[in-house]
Amino acid sequence: MSDHVVPVKLYIGIFVALLCLTALTTGVAYIDLGAFNTVAALAIAVVKMLLVVLFFMHVKYSGRLIQVFILAGVLFLAILVTFTLADELTRHWSPTPTGWGMIVPLLSRFF
Amino acid sequence: MTVHSAHPPGFAHQFEDMQQQREAGSLGMWVFLLTEIMFFGGLFAGYIIYRALYLPAFEIGSHLLEVQFGALNTAVLILSSLTMALAIHSAQVGKRRAQVWFLITTMILGAAFLAIKFTFEWHHDYVEHLVPGFGFIIRPEWGAAGQHVPMFFCFYFFMTGLHAIHMIIGIGLLTVLTVMAHRGRFAPEYYAPLEVSGLYWHFVDIIWIFLFPLLYLIGGRYIGGGH
Repeated sequence: MSDHVVPVKLYIGIFVALLCLTALTTGVAYIDLGAFNTVAALAIAVVKMLLVVLFFMHVKYSGRLIQVFILAGVLFLAILVTFTLADELTRHWSPTPTGWGMIVPLLSRFF
Repeated sequence: MTVHSAHPPGFAHQFEDMQQQREAGSLGMWVFLLTEIMFFGGLFAGYIIYRALYLPAFEIGSHLLEVQFGALNTAVLILSSLTMALAIHSAQVGKRRAQVWFLITTMILGAAFLAIKFTFEWHHDYVEHLVPGFGFIIRPEWGAAGQHVPMFFCFYFFMTGLHAIHMIIGIGLLTVLTVMAHRGRFAPEYYAPLEVSGLYWHFVDIIWIFLFPLLYLIGGRYIGGGH
């Protein structure tokens, strides 16, 4: 929190930008860009997140300590996703369940 | 011991000054929000992995969601974030009535989000037999991918459900804040409850900013409603 008072005009500008980005991400989803569809959707979401975090949540005007804490949070989320994916997507040797049917004999061993 | 000649309202004695108290309050809220990032992060990580494993089923599932309601709800939430920010701004410049009205508007918008979510979307999904565990019907036109479509809907209902629970808690917080604002508890020197609740409300907005493209958009919308 800081004493910095963000002008109302800036808040409204951020709001309009967020609305435009929502329209843009919805529109882009209807255009075939191949793998770039996912990249575009996530990139727009990240830009929207940054606008909300920096201006609505006042992080642009916050102290360094808070900014470092937030970066640490993002880093830990990245570790969670990257390491889980790195394990899961390189495990070609482990069986992938083909349906819920195989769960039943597995459970019947315990009950 | 320091003697505080000017004693601002809401000042706690363990702090050096109001600036330090504000920073500590915000930092505490941010630490809570970081645990929330990891809380939702588990679901996001699970979603990413199962989407990679069963991409065709996730695209079929995403297609069955109605994108216009998702986009409308995104706009409603962004507007509620604006009114929340303006409520805090009103406290910073000492406008009591404006605080109350902006808080009430934020609450109404939050309730509108939930109303759209529950009545137009969840109820529709229930009627269409798309709720796993409540008469889910795998349609033959989905083909081999059909058996994994309930997985997409599990993620959809758990992610939007957890988000909805956060919205309900947020509306509860706003109710308390509205009463406090009405009683004139906030002043330009002290409005910490507003500020930290605002952080929470914007955080819940950010979760939706990611849920909207992940659930509604990146299922190959351009293919057309062929499923």
